[in-house]
Amino acid sequence: MNSELAIEVTDITKRFGRFVAVDRVSFQVRRGEVFGFLGPNGSGKSTTIRMLCGILLPTAGTGRVAGFDVARQPERVRENIGYMSQKFSLYEELTVQENLDFFAGIYGLAGPGGAARREEVMALGGLASYRNVLARDLPGGLRQRLALASAILHRPSVLFLDEPTAGVDPISRRQFWDLIRAMAAAGTAVLVTTHYMDEAEHCHALAFIYQGRLIATGPPARLKAGLQGSLVEVEVEPGQLLPALTVLQTHPLAREAAMFGAALHVTVDSSEAIPTLQASLTARGIAARRVETIVPSLEDVFVSLVTREVGA
Amino acid sequence: MSSRIWPIMRKEFLEIWRDPRNLGFVLVMPVLMLLLYGYGISSDVKWVPLAVYDRDGRSPARELVRRFTSTEYFVVTAQVGSLREFRRAIDTGQAKVGLVIPEDFSQNLAAGRPAPIQFVVDGSDSNTASIAVGNIAAIGKSTELTPRDLRPQILVAPKLETPVPIELRTWVWYNPELKSSNFLIPGLTAVILMMLAAMLTSLTVAREWERGTMEGLIASPLRPHELMIGKILPYVVIGLVDVVFILLVAVFLFRVPMRGSLTLLMISSTIFLLGGLGIGLFISAATKSVQVAFQLSTLATMLPALLLSGFFYPIENMPPILQAITYLVPARYFLVVIRGIFLKGVGLAVFWKELVFLSVFAVFMLVASSAKFRKRLE
Ligand SMILES: Nc1ncnc2c1ncn2[C@@H]1O[C@H](COP(=O)(O)OP(=O)(O)OP(=O)(O)O)[C@@H](O)[C@H]1O
Ligand SMILES: [Mg+2]
Repeated sequence: MNSELAIEVTDITKRFGRFVAVDRVSFQVRRGEVFGFLGPNGSGKSTTIRMLCGILLPTAGTGRVAGFDVARQPERVRENIGYMSQKFSLYEELTVQENLDFFAGIYGLAGPGGAARREEVMALGGLASYRNVLARDLPGGLRQRLALASAILHRPSVLFLDEPTAGVDPISRRQFWDLIRAMAAAGTAVLVTTHYMDEAEHCHALAFIYQGRLIATGPPARLKAGLQGSLVEVEVEPGQLLPALTVLQTHPLAREAAMFGAALHVTVDSSEAIPTLQASLTARGIAARRVETIVPSLEDVFVSLVTREVGA
Repeated sequence: MSSRIWPIMRKEFLEIWRDPRNLGFVLVMPVLMLLLYGYGISSDVKWVPLAVYDRDGRSPARELVRRFTSTEYFVVTAQVGSLREFRRAIDTGQAKVGLVIPEDFSQNLAAGRPAPIQFVVDGSDSNTASIAVGNIAAIGKSTELTPRDLRPQILVAPKLETPVPIELRTWVWYNPELKSSNFLIPGLTAVILMMLAAMLTSLTVAREWERGTMEGLIASPLRPHELMIGKILPYVVIGLVDVVFILLVAVFLFRVPMRGSLTLLMISSTIFLLGGLGIGLFISAATKSVQVAFQLSTLATMLPALLLSGFFYPIENMPPILQAITYLVPARYFLVVIRGIFLKGVGLAVFWKELVFLSVFAVFMLVASSAKFRKRLE
């Protein structure tokens, strides 16, 4: 067993009947690493996490978490992990304090040592002044912090966070990520899923998952560098967005073209293609307001990877 | 006891306590149900119009009719002389119940043979009808004419020790004043307890699934049996509180006699409750939806407890297939126990078999649902 490896997944697969939700996924997460799991809805992120938490049994492949096999030693795995599911999983009729007491109880943290730890996580999550508030009445950001606090009470060495910041305001999100990074700095391995690309930039390593398959892994910088060619952003009048997209998608010099907010992103072999692209647009009566190369974001990387995947 | 069970119990009590709907459900509903059904059903149906077709006409037959009409339950509204008239009396509503005494009734009685008589009950008002049937059975029992009861000049029985049965099979014992509430309240208690137990547990587990809290529990070191015990114990306590409530209502409001041991009643109720809680857990292992759990638990407990326990319909009168099914209905056994304790004051010597069955049932349900719950995690 490699003690540096907190999560070690090899060809893990989950089938629901004939539907393959997770297809031979392999990756590794080291201690102290924040590992981001990215993918569109239904791509298999939660299913992968559930298998690693011992909630679902893998159909094939293996997963080791904190050194224990998820299929054969699920009980040992559960003692060493913290899990925050994508659904708010606290008791709404219980207060902050009572929720923490409950989780402390089922993790065997009763007694004075446990009480000190409860105070510690309460302070960490900034929850101390809300201790007698029912979980139901907490604002979104605090609910998530309470869920996190309950998940880390027993000092797990591996933390699974499934969309921990969904529907939370930007300031709370930033606070939440500060907590995650602090825990990673203290040696916890964190596997986190998110839909927010800006959050993905905070991760040490990323995995893109699409239709159950892993299509790329690596640190954010390397993923971006791996995007071949140059990325060109094209801005046109809002009404001409669709015609422009059609022109660019069928253009011989463009490898990929996709809508990106109010603009279009085009992948080309080199930036020398820019004048040609501009000319083609003008020829169709489309006035491009701006055409220039940009530094790709993670979303560009993702779109590019998916386009290649679909084309393949 | 594992130390993880206590936090679950505590949480469960807190959740019940915080949600007023729960409290109403748990403490008010059973008593309310008892009051509603108790008064609704047990308001004794009196002065039911009776048509008599006496084809025998001799003294024992007239004595029989007198036995029925001397109570306040029946009043003769038609003395008919033919089957057609008899039919018309029932059809027109002139009588709700008809009594046919065959020609050989007196002779059979005299010869010590079973002497069947026939009752026809207008079933269109099922409530009245079922109570009337109960009353007929009760009077039939008390009218079991033993030779000693009969005037010697009319009948000479061949064997003095053996009573001459009138062919009516439902007998009422220990309830000489024929108060139906004495009979119905213990039965209702069984129905209410079974339903409540199954419903409460299936709902509490389904709610954990629906709210997403179950995933967190599964990902924790909590073992399935710890979760189940922690969830069941609070409801055993609540169920027993309900038993006490019901007992108070039964004894002080409905004036049902409580002749047996209170301890025995509580112990039997606990065993019965555990079976119901087991049914609830079994159901909750089969569905993740609160609504489905609610419907399934009502269906799986209330109907059998009402219809197949011998509470409404005497088991002896059921078709053989249904009779066979009743052996699987725990309420059937609990009814024997609870009626025994309430009305007869009898103890283990009489109903130990029933208690053994209820215990086996409870253990089976709990083990089965525990296994099913574990499988649930795929
Ligand atoms: N128990 C199940 N039975 C059948 N299909 C399932 C089950 N759980 C998940 N799926 C399917 O597997 C696929 C992957 O689901 P999963 O929840 O892992 O996606 P996800 O990446 O977490 O998506 P999201 O971002 O919406 O949370 C989906 O198509 C889903 O419908
Ligand atoms: Mg998900």
